[in-house]
Amino acid sequence: MFSTAIIVFREVLEAAIIVGILAAATRDVPRRNRWLLAGMLIGLLGSAMVAASTDLIASFASGVGQELFNALVLGVAVLMLAWHNIWMSSHGAELASHAHNVASDIREGHSECSVLLVVVGLAVLREGSETVLFLYGIAASGDSGTHSMLFGGLIGLLTGIAVGYTIYAGLLRIPMRWFFAATTGLVLLLAAGMASTAAHFLIQADLIPALASPLWDTSALLPENGLSGMLLHSLIGYDARPAGMQVIFYMTALTLIIIGMKMNAKPRQSIQTTGTI
Amino acid sequence: MKKLTYIFLLLPIYGYAADTDINIVLQDHRFQPSEINIPAGKKIKLLIENKDKTPEEFESHSLNREKIMAGNSVTKIYIGPLEPGRYPFFGEFNEATAQGVIVAK
Repeated sequence: MFSTAIIVFREVLEAAIIVGILAAATRDVPRRNRWLLAGMLIGLLGSAMVAASTDLIASFASGVGQELFNALVLGVAVLMLAWHNIWMSSHGAELASHAHNVASDIREGHSECSVLLVVVGLAVLREGSETVLFLYGIAASGDSGTHSMLFGGLIGLLTGIAVGYTIYAGLLRIPMRWFFAATTGLVLLLAAGMASTAAHFLIQADLIPALASPLWDTSALLPENGLSGMLLHSLIGYDARPAGMQVIFYMTALTLIIIGMKMNAKPRQSIQTTGTI
Repeated sequence: MKKLTYIFLLLPIYGYAADTDINIVLQDHRFQPSEINIPAGKKIKLLIENKDKTPEEFESHSLNREKIMAGNSVTKIYIGPLEPGRYPFFGEFNEATAQGVIVAK
């Protein structure tokens, strides 16, 4: 039962952290909860579908379909998070100050909500499908301990959600003047971490070279399967033994998003000075 | 765009060129053989046949690999080139029994 709880917790944690951070980052977007819920429901439905077609997905691209699928899902999520941060860098402060007209609020809120929908949906889909497969395996084995193991799964699920909610609640307590910097920074690292994981899958599929594998090994210092390693993996994309290519993907995503934010932030100064009186 | 297409068409060939195949069977949540010797410094293709009807997740922290294996299916995983050493792997869904190690020499 305990081991089941840990496995499910590990899968749920990553999605829960992503949802927690995004929920906080979009707290002033109108009708945010509806989109958040829709994203989770679509993700859950999708994860059942992905789990059911594991064999089919795996058989694509001469056996590396699963890696391509994961890399694609992560790639789309990185683009959406990048777009969120770049958009927020010019509109976030406005949105928070409630200083501009409602029509544009809703229009801009809409595109922001689609980011929320897609990223949350994809996060739940990716991590959820593995959980579904794992629990299916337990249920299908028909062993005597099935019930207690499924109960363990439930505990793992709830604990993972609790961590995600704690992060959300913690972020909301951050004073307003640091709030955007904090959530933007977290989303930035989230996106870079996902880019690194996408590279990990492309390397595993042998589609891109690893370039020094591993580049460093901090597994003795901070193992990935320990609690802090798991948290850091989900939060900032920590990898105890990253390939050189993963680090390149990480740094590239980080740099490009920062450049995008800087370029987009310029006109904001003028809006702010006239808009926040 | 055209260039990109060509590169993508060539990718499978690039992947195909340097393989050494290793066959592993997963049955009753155990890997057989559970210890696999491979040459160091070479790219290896693991072909893991899951004879169980339940899915399993191949995972190795030291190899930096994770892949879901459907029940009754064959899964392909590329590893290496590796430094000489021992690289443990396990089935995450049945960690108590599904254990193995790659030994690169």
